[in-house]
Amino acid sequence: MSSNTNTISGAAVNPKPAAFNQVRFLRNCFTGYVVLFFIYLAAPLIAAGAFAFNDSMFPALPWQGFTLDWFFSDTEPKLGMFHDRRLLSGLSISFWVAIIVSVMSIIVGTCNAFLFERMDFPFKSFCYIMMVIPLVIPGVILGISILVFASDIANGMEDNWGIDIESLRPGLLLVILGQFSFITTITTLVIAARLKKFDIQLEEAALNLGASRGRILRTVTLPFLKPALIGAGVVGFLISFENFNTTLMLVGSDAPLTITMYDRMAKVGSTPVLNAVSFFLMIGSGLLALLSVIVQRDKN
Amino acid sequence: MGAYEYGLGNYIEFFNEPVYWNTLLRTAVMSIFVTFVTLIIGFPIAYYIAKIARQRAKAGLFLLCLIPLWVSDLVRSFGWIVLLRETGIVSSFLQYIGLVDGPVEFLYNDATVVVGLVYTVMLFMIVPLVTTLDGMDDSLIEAGFNLGGSRLTVLRRIIIPYAMPGIISGCIVVFMLTAGSYLTPILLGGKNSQWFTEQIYEQFITRFNWESGAAFGVLLLIFTSITVWIGLRLSGQTLSSTVAKT
Repeated sequence: MSSNTNTISGAAVNPKPAAFNQVRFLRNCFTGYVVLFFIYLAAPLIAAGAFAFNDSMFPALPWQGFTLDWFFSDTEPKLGMFHDRRLLSGLSISFWVAIIVSVMSIIVGTCNAFLFERMDFPFKSFCYIMMVIPLVIPGVILGISILVFASDIANGMEDNWGIDIESLRPGLLLVILGQFSFITTITTLVIAARLKKFDIQLEEAALNLGASRGRILRTVTLPFLKPALIGAGVVGFLISFENFNTTLMLVGSDAPLTITMYDRMAKVGSTPVLNAVSFFLMIGSGLLALLSVIVQRDKN
Repeated sequence: MGAYEYGLGNYIEFFNEPVYWNTLLRTAVMSIFVTFVTLIIGFPIAYYIAKIARQRAKAGLFLLCLIPLWVSDLVRSFGWIVLLRETGIVSSFLQYIGLVDGPVEFLYNDATVVVGLVYTVMLFMIVPLVTTLDGMDDSLIEAGFNLGGSRLTVLRRIIIPYAMPGIISGCIVVFMLTAGSYLTPILLGGKNSQWFTEQIYEQFITRFNWESGAAFGVLLLIFTSITVWIGLRLSGQTLSSTVAKT
């Protein structure tokens, strides 16, 4: 980044040569500002990641030497993350929730995209606004709304018919539904953006050549949408995995990783095992992001 | 629990208890402030990415801006805690270079909450700004200079009006995210950060007072919507010309 200084060809260069030094000074200031900004962006991530390798009981200076204990050690004072049963169970719960949520929201998102791109129906723009709204509603409010809604149904069932539906109480089903409710909006927008670029004549040509509707979908339209489907899936997976606000309101006894981490963090004296988890998450999401970039680039 | 009846009791309770509406007011003022700071910091960066950086560097810088998006809120806040707490890196560094004598606690004050929130929402400002500025023809800026405009005039009369839809769209998203954030104010501001979402959580989970919790949730929604509406009116934009476009 810092080597950019002398290679920048500004679009807004002031042509007056007398002001040349001033221009260069201003541009150096600007570059310096940009560098500072990226340091600001990187600092907390580096801090969170680096201390996973510090051979100390606290995620703080001084640096006591390099260690991998916070990942792999299996003895108590320095229990590594891969031997910590609660963190591992949180990890696997988060993983499965994220898989289910992203698969569900890709399927529904694809249907939504076709609905809003291809169909015309009464109150379409109203429906579109309703579809987008979960994106701007604060996660906490989304969470409590679903909590109240599900609990009211459960209470009504119990009071009127004596049926106790355990799954409508706070727990994984509600967590999945809560995340699904706003992640579907995101997948819909991603898939619809790709579908908009699709040349409808391709489908018409296939239809003229005698292909059935189902076959066209399978061999023409869905392959075209594939990068968007994968991209939406990756984004959905990550957002679900990282979600905290909505999950916090709906969580029951099986806590996903973010909740487990938060519980530890709220306690004073958290050990660097949290840094290890942070590092692991950063690498994981980095790889997934890379995957989605590669997939999208190949098809374009 | 007693019998239910319809009424505005839970809303009246909100207005009768200064702690509650003070918290909402505080959340609002802080959110507007965070939005403003994010815009001031983010605009030059977006301009640099869209207009000054070369094609290759442009894509790279844009991706760098997106990195925090891929990392959980929790990890980001944890990073700030590691940096800023009493035994943290900044405090140790300041002691090392001899600027301060004892450990300094940077956490649990409003400034830290603002820094953390700006960090969390920054890219939601930069992405719409870069998108709008990218669509701007360079010749508009050149024409402004050729006609004798100073840098400030060009910025004020040409660039900012052109970027207005992006600015408003970024501000709306950032404001909504900030007002609805929970994790950052709690972790960086401590127990007395007095954020409204925290109040909602407390009513719901700690006190099990779902009725007033629900009222608070509705109030937060109404309040943020009104603020966004006022912002749109003041700037002469509409929702469809800003957020829906990007």
